[in-house]
Amino acid sequence: MALLQHPGYEEEKLQRVAEQLPCREVQAGTLLALMGQPQQYSYPSIFIYGHRASGKSHVMNVLLKELELPHATVSCVECVSVALLFEQVLLSFFGCDAASLLPRSPSLSDFVRIYREQCSQSPARQTRYIVMEKAEILRDTDANLLPALLRLQELVEDNVTVILLSEIVWDTFRPNTGCFEPLLLNFPDYSKGELQQILSQDRHPSYSAEFYSSYINILLGVFYSVCRDLRELRHLAALNFSKFCEPLADGKVKETDTHKLWRNIEPHLKKAMQTVYLREVSSLQWEQIQQMEEKEAGVLRGLSAHTHVELPYYSKFLLIAAYLASYNPARTDKRFFLKHHGKIRKTNFLKKNEKTSNHLLGPKPFPLDRLLAIFYSVVDSRVAPTASIFSQISSLVTLQLLTQVSHDDQLDTPKYKCAVSLDFICAISRTVSFDIMKYLYDFL
Amino acid sequence: MSTSSVSKGCFVFKPSAKKKKRTLTLEDYFADGCEDAENSETRFKLCQDLWDKIKTDTEVLQDELNRKILDSLLDFTRKCSSTHQHSNWASQMRASEIPTAALVLGVNVPDHDMTFQSLSDLLQQSVTPHVVSVQAKECGALKHLMKRVLERMMGTVVAVDDEEEEEPEQLSAQLHKRVHCSLGTLCDWYNTKTRKSNTGTPGKKRSSAVRDEQQQPPVVIIFKDLEAFNSKVLQDFILICSRYIERLPLMFIFGIATSPSTIQHMLPHSVSSLLCIELFQSLSCTQHLATVIDKFILTPQFPFKLSSKVMQVLISIFLYHDFSVKNFIKGVQLALLEHFHSQPLSVLCCKKKEALLNVMQLSHSNLERIRQLLSFKRYVEKQDPQEQDSLLKDDTHLKEVCQKLIKGLHKYHKNYYPILRCLHTLTSSLPRYPLGKQIRELHLICLEKNVWENEDYQSAMKLLKMLAKDELIILLQRCAEILEPVKSKKMNSALVQLNELLTRFKELDTAAAAETAPNVEECITSPVKNLQKKTDLFQLQKTLLEMNESRRSKKLSPFEVLRNEVLEFIDSLVKSHLSPPDSQTLNEVSYYSSSATVRRHINATPRTSIQAALSSPYYYLQNDSLKTEDGSVSNAAPDICIAYKLHLECGRLINLYDWLEAYATVVSAAEGNSPDSDNFGKVDEVKHARFIRAVSELEFLGFIKSTKQKTDHVARLTWGGC
Repeated sequence: MALLQHPGYEEEKLQRVAEQLPCREVQAGTLLALMGQPQQYSYPSIFIYGHRASGKSHVMNVLLKELELPHATVSCVECVSVALLFEQVLLSFFGCDAASLLPRSPSLSDFVRIYREQCSQSPARQTRYIVMEKAEILRDTDANLLPALLRLQELVEDNVTVILLSEIVWDTFRPNTGCFEPLLLNFPDYSKGELQQILSQDRHPSYSAEFYSSYINILLGVFYSVCRDLRELRHLAALNFSKFCEPLADGKVKETDTHKLWRNIEPHLKKAMQTVYLREVSSLQWEQIQQMEEKEAGVLRGLSAHTHVELPYYSKFLLIAAYLASYNPARTDKRFFLKHHGKIRKTNFLKKNEKTSNHLLGPKPFPLDRLLAIFYSVVDSRVAPTASIFSQISSLVTLQLLTQVSHDDQLDTPKYKCAVSLDFICAISRTVSFDIMKYLYDFL
Repeated sequence: MSTSSVSKGCFVFKPSAKKKKRTLTLEDYFADGCEDAENSETRFKLCQDLWDKIKTDTEVLQDELNRKILDSLLDFTRKCSSTHQHSNWASQMRASEIPTAALVLGVNVPDHDMTFQSLSDLLQQSVTPHVVSVQAKECGALKHLMKRVLERMMGTVVAVDDEEEEEPEQLSAQLHKRVHCSLGTLCDWYNTKTRKSNTGTPGKKRSSAVRDEQQQPPVVIIFKDLEAFNSKVLQDFILICSRYIERLPLMFIFGIATSPSTIQHMLPHSVSSLLCIELFQSLSCTQHLATVIDKFILTPQFPFKLSSKVMQVLISIFLYHDFSVKNFIKGVQLALLEHFHSQPLSVLCCKKKEALLNVMQLSHSNLERIRQLLSFKRYVEKQDPQEQDSLLKDDTHLKEVCQKLIKGLHKYHKNYYPILRCLHTLTSSLPRYPLGKQIRELHLICLEKNVWENEDYQSAMKLLKMLAKDELIILLQRCAEILEPVKSKKMNSALVQLNELLTRFKELDTAAAAETAPNVEECITSPVKNLQKKTDLFQLQKTLLEMNESRRSKKLSPFEVLRNEVLEFIDSLVKSHLSPPDSQTLNEVSYYSSSATVRRHINATPRTSIQAALSSPYYYLQNDSLKTEDGSVSNAAPDICIAYKLHLECGRLINLYDWLEAYATVVSAAEGNSPDSDNFGKVDEVKHARFIRAVSELEFLGFIKSTKQKTDHVARLTWGGC
């Protein structure tokens, strides 16, 4: 294991850091080099990007904690307002007195002012670090926040470095007015070998390291092709380990007999990939299934198996009408819903540019009038235009079976789109014995 | 009920008795309903008692129905909060997911409130004091969601910066110190709370020792309507929560109206992987309705009854429009109120004893009302002349007869429902359900007319005649079970008879088999034997015919005989007890039959009422000068009515100038100008302005809109007219 080395930090601490950061030595080394010695000024802003669970936050946290550097870690998703962000930074650097100095709904300049005041009282002896997780959210906040954070060192005249962590690349951040360019640092994905090495570290205390390592090997064999997320893999490893150990506990196999163990666990893992990995089945239920044995397995249906929705009679027809309005061109309504629609030749009727399936293009918006006109022609009985028919339309919108396209404020002819799938609408129309296929332009 | 508004039909009349009691005195309450106010107090009391009973009973029923699902949910929360504290290897390695219960409740969103209320009450009682429920409409953005959660959990006001303008001084003064809106605050609060409850007041909280044993009661957040939430807000919130799950034992409950796959539509894998979702399916609303009907409608205990038409309206609103049991009960409530409000004789609509007492206290005018009743008239006609005379003249005699009749009505109800249930058990499993799958359908048939005259009934009986023995016995046994608890002479004797028949069925098993075989053989073989002799053609034909005949009227096996007997018995029961309530004398006392009122109040038709208001303003304004005979609009009607009437005569495009001219003519006539004078039909400024206003009002109501197809024209948006 290549040891981290840098002047200015204790050898012992660096050793501990290195132990906690397997397979990320290179990145940690680069970072250390960038940070320099504790009292030295560092680069004003560093941007670290890499996929989910590639160790960005972990590396930063371990480095800053173990080396006992002053730092503030902020998750941007949590900062519903900038005030929270400022407060957290001030709190961790100067204590709660400083944080309470912030006025109500503070601006960036308030923050800079207070920071400077505080900093003049307690100037930085070591570089202060602000770590911002999920930095991509900063793009949606005030336009001046991100550029200011990038050159915060300059603004507050203090030895401070802002480190931005994100899953996406810097190019999507750059504001069009230009800004200070941070140093970019990429954390690549872990390779299969690295994953194996890291996962093997958290072995079960009552089993040997080799045994656990061979388990991880099998697990990665199944899951590596679909999932490289360390966190998920660790979760799956924990869930399925007891099943893996089962033949061992029964005394059927020895620890070294990997082939038999593999034969035992492989179908189980495949099943896990289709269920618990997709969160079709919760991990608690998964554990229960394991205890129940095979006899009842398969009884449990996943979340997506429940698609049936019970609707009132007219709601069903409203939904059918909405589907027809969304997927049929408006000019064909005459052909479908008028009894004596006159002569419409098939060749005329099928226009060339409409040959592409409407179902491939997705639902189109339609006005309320058209929905109601189709509704009255598909529903078999006479329906009075009561208030509850209209309220059913809006409840279909809240149930997300329809979506309102026009703005809420537009009271005059609101527009909607139908948001259900063909399978769903077929199931619905079957319950009211309505042959929807006969009315769909695409299936003529 | 009346309002001063023009668009009467748009109003929902909240038929809440309580409200009325508070705002109006009893006299006011019954003032417009009937001329006879003397017994209004009794009626009001009866009505309220009944409604209170319905209300409490529905709540109990709801609790019972929800018990199962709520219990499993409670188990889930307990299990989650206990596994959260486990510290074995697997749970350490496992990503700590937020336990989430997906509660599928059906599309009748208004009904969910009650379920969630009892759920959070139960949770608070038995699992954790920290329960918060949030609704989508109050959580448009992440900070609002956070604010709601924190406020409700901690009972303080949470500051969200860059909010609207400053709050009034005195308000913020009385608040406790403001806290920042982050889950970190919640964590701190939770820590102090749990620490406090662990250390402090040991003597006082003896009872909650069991709860304290797990030390960390979970923090439950209920999302009442998941579908309506903004998915971005929800995702962010879950992301934040997952950061704190180590410190804060959070738990979610998602209320889902459609199907659980919505969760996957709303949340990407990266977010749903933070949740540990378990599914809970609640009772379907149709089952719920069935139990409600079973409990309130199909029972002799409630003296108040709905006629078939009202039932039909309420049920069709349920099935066609909203699936909401709550609204169904509201409908029953409306009918109840209307009945007691509009029918003075409803004093007799109560328990038997009370009703008998009330009969004695009837005033002369009310007795006259009884004489006017259709059912009573029919009854009188059947009596002999002398009796007729005394019924119509002698009040005391009438009272006695009324008592008898009331008793009869109660008896009828007592027998009706058990027999209805019996008939339903017999027919509900027949192929293609001739008399309906649900008991309410059968009930509707029976309410309407004599069920035994119904074709479906005949076919059901035919099908019953084909039932196999064991099936029939099972059904009959179930009928016997239904009849058993009923305390009524007739039902008891019916039960005895039924049991007798059942024992005879059982005896068949042992005795019959041997006996029948030779019999059958005999009757088939005898003509064939005759045939073996040499006969002429005529003889042959005759014997063949005979054979055919005998085969058709083949001698029935004892089982078949018995089966026919049973069915005849059932048929006789049906005929004697399931006659429609219209045939009962004094049925008007307990049956509410004005379906139009119910429909108008519950299923409002705004467009129809607007059109009614425009075409016949008298209907709403009640001004005598507006009265017209032939449905035309009088000249004195409001401007908009005149403009509306004129526009009906036009085609799709209306020339504004022609319209104005026509309008001016009509209005001039109304002003009393003689048609010969110079000014007649001339457009002055005032008329012009009035016309423009009427037109813009029509545009606002959606009858016309401006168009670019032709200058000076507007387009009509409705069709039809004169």
